[in-house]
Amino acid sequence: MTLTAARPAVTTRPPARARRRRTPMTWVRGGGLGTVLFLLPMLAVFGLFSWRPIGQAVVMSFQQTNLVSDPVFVGLDNYRAVLSDPQLWNAVGNTLWFAVLALLLGYPIPLVAAVLMSEVRRAKGLYSALAYLPVVIPPVVAVLLWKFFYDASPNGVFNTVLGAVGISPAPWLQSASTAMFSLVAEATWAAAGATIIIYLAALTSVPPEQYEAAEIDGASVWGKVWHVTLPHLRGVLLITFILQIVGTAQVFLEPFLFTGGGPARSTTTILLLVYNYAFADSLGGDYGAATALSVLLAVVLGLFSAVYFRLTRSWSKS
Amino acid sequence: MKSSKITAVCLCAAVVLTACSGTDETTTADGKTVVKVSIEPGLDQGAVAAFNTRVTQFETANPKIDLVPQEFKWDATTFTAQLAGGTLPDVLTMPFTDGRGLIERRQLADISGLVDQLPYAKKFNPEVAKAGSADDGKMWAVPIAAHGQALHYNRTLFKQAGLDPDKPPSTWDEIRTDAKQIAQKTGVAGYAQLTTDNTGGWILATLDYAFGGRTEQLAGDKATATLNTPQMARALQTIHTMRWDDNSMGANFLYDWNGINQDFAAGRIGMYVSGGGNYGSLKAQNAIKADDYGVTALPLDGPNAGVLGGGTLAGVNAKANDAVKAAAVKWIDFYYLSKQADQAAAVADAKATADSGEAVGSPELPVFDKATFDQRLGWIAQYVNVPVKQMTPYTDKMFGQPLIPEPTRSTQQVYGLLDPVAQKVLTDRGADIPALLADAQTQAQALLDKP
Repeated sequence: MTLTAARPAVTTRPPARARRRRTPMTWVRGGGLGTVLFLLPMLAVFGLFSWRPIGQAVVMSFQQTNLVSDPVFVGLDNYRAVLSDPQLWNAVGNTLWFAVLALLLGYPIPLVAAVLMSEVRRAKGLYSALAYLPVVIPPVVAVLLWKFFYDASPNGVFNTVLGAVGISPAPWLQSASTAMFSLVAEATWAAAGATIIIYLAALTSVPPEQYEAAEIDGASVWGKVWHVTLPHLRGVLLITFILQIVGTAQVFLEPFLFTGGGPARSTTTILLLVYNYAFADSLGGDYGAATALSVLLAVVLGLFSAVYFRLTRSWSKS
Repeated sequence: MKSSKITAVCLCAAVVLTACSGTDETTTADGKTVVKVSIEPGLDQGAVAAFNTRVTQFETANPKIDLVPQEFKWDATTFTAQLAGGTLPDVLTMPFTDGRGLIERRQLADISGLVDQLPYAKKFNPEVAKAGSADDGKMWAVPIAAHGQALHYNRTLFKQAGLDPDKPPSTWDEIRTDAKQIAQKTGVAGYAQLTTDNTGGWILATLDYAFGGRTEQLAGDKATATLNTPQMARALQTIHTMRWDDNSMGANFLYDWNGINQDFAAGRIGMYVSGGGNYGSLKAQNAIKADDYGVTALPLDGPNAGVLGGGTLAGVNAKANDAVKAAAVKWIDFYYLSKQADQAAAVADAKATADSGEAVGSPELPVFDKATFDQRLGWIAQYVNVPVKQMTPYTDKMFGQPLIPEPTRSTQQVYGLLDPVAQKVLTDRGADIPALLADAQTQAQALLDKP
């Protein structure tokens, strides 16, 4: 053993290239400029149309402004006003109620539909297309269509169907007790198709041998779903769950177009309240309060998402 | 390769510079002042043609002005954003309800100096002119139409229900019994009411006025909400009874302006309350059959009972420069005002409107003095194409009814907080009217106390 062999760290030099100092020119020659140039349009678009408005909204939440006169900084006044508004807690309650109903109705239906469709041997594409069709219909058109269906008179579409089986007409959107359910039903119909497609894609990753093994072990259909399908969908289910929560917390279109938040504020959600702060009063609406409530909602949803991912991290990995 | 990169960079720069470069949109290349004038969206071809004819006539008479029609309909929810974003037309129209608020917030241009120079500046009906005037009396916006609230009814449904359409209800008790009869005999709503987008409060205020109430009292700078009153309670109790005891209000209790007009024109509503001059809109936008239409005076009941007044103002965009302001006021004079006071203009406008198949002669209240109003009716008599006889139950009485202006402070906000009150009463049999009014009173006072 020679001395040289015994001290390789001394004799073995790092490659000359690794020791070269990085200068702006080496960065340019290394393709850094090209990378930035390719990135620039995306950064510009994102910065201009996404991050800049978000930043402006945060600033506006500390201002009183009517968008015409110069804004005035009012500190936390907007946040205090929002948090002391009795309408806020009504809106929070309505939003939670929408979220619960949407979870009960909108979360399992796509999963069940996807599992059933994955079992279909023929015309699977047709079923997928039919399931996805509502997603293709523009949301406003879908709402107007359902508004027509929800006509509360005995001649309304749904009420005619109910009448055919001897059930008296339902008030649908015209009663505080049924309005929210009606909104959730349409929202579920409109959104289920996209989730079904996600589940169907995830289901293709389930190895068929596992189903065969389960069958050999005498598993029932439910047993196969519980022990094979659902464990494979776990990651996707976690993501769709949080997306559903975040989506329902920001529900706006349905209450805005169907009921305007009525009857008697029974479908006024948080985002509709934001809209009302900003626009319903007109004439220099309360944009400060609107942005303050938006920021609060974003913070709550951000925290919820962080906690959710933290709590489900181990489950997701396993 | 290098040259293609340079070319690409130059092209990008050119695009960016073009996009960022501003041009003066208020002047054409040949020195004409450009004025964006509003035309209501959703009009049929005839109405658009009539409007364009007037535009051409104006441009011929004023060769240094170039008018650019722009669809615009007053929408309180988007006004401020449109103003801030620079997408409002230069000449815009708005309801009386919003005029004072816009002026207080300097969201309209001060055109009072130009209005003062109009030949009929001193002839404005003083009660009507208040809607467009600042506290110091200067007219920042010009009233172009005025009306009182009225009860519109469907004559065909009246006949089908066995009622005499020439004898519409003249008391609230009769409204109730007729509505019940219409609902029972025809299956449609005997009486319907607006409840959304602040219109619920507007109509509740109308009923409140009709029973002798007022929604606010002013003493100097101090405004006091007066919602929790026996008159307002009576208004709510009336619709509660019609809804729950008589079942005469149909199945839709979330009506907005478009929805109620649409259903009324389609024969799905027997009666509803709205502005007395609404026939023109019903014809132009909802194609109502003339034979179906009837309108009568709103029954007034109780001391101090009156008809809530309203109307339309024309104003100029707060961002307009002096040249545009001057040209805009010329257009307001030409298109909206001269037809009220000048024979040639009145006849030309009525002829163009009638030729296009639009309504001429819908009931309205005088913007100027009564003599000028009557004189105009005489000028345009040959072009009147509305069912005048069917409107006499209203027109015979409208000048005899006390006209009370809308509340002036926080008008839209107070209307807005009354929307859910009306909705609650119509969708919840057990609605506690005194509690609802006490709550609304507290909220309204908080609004009025805001600095």
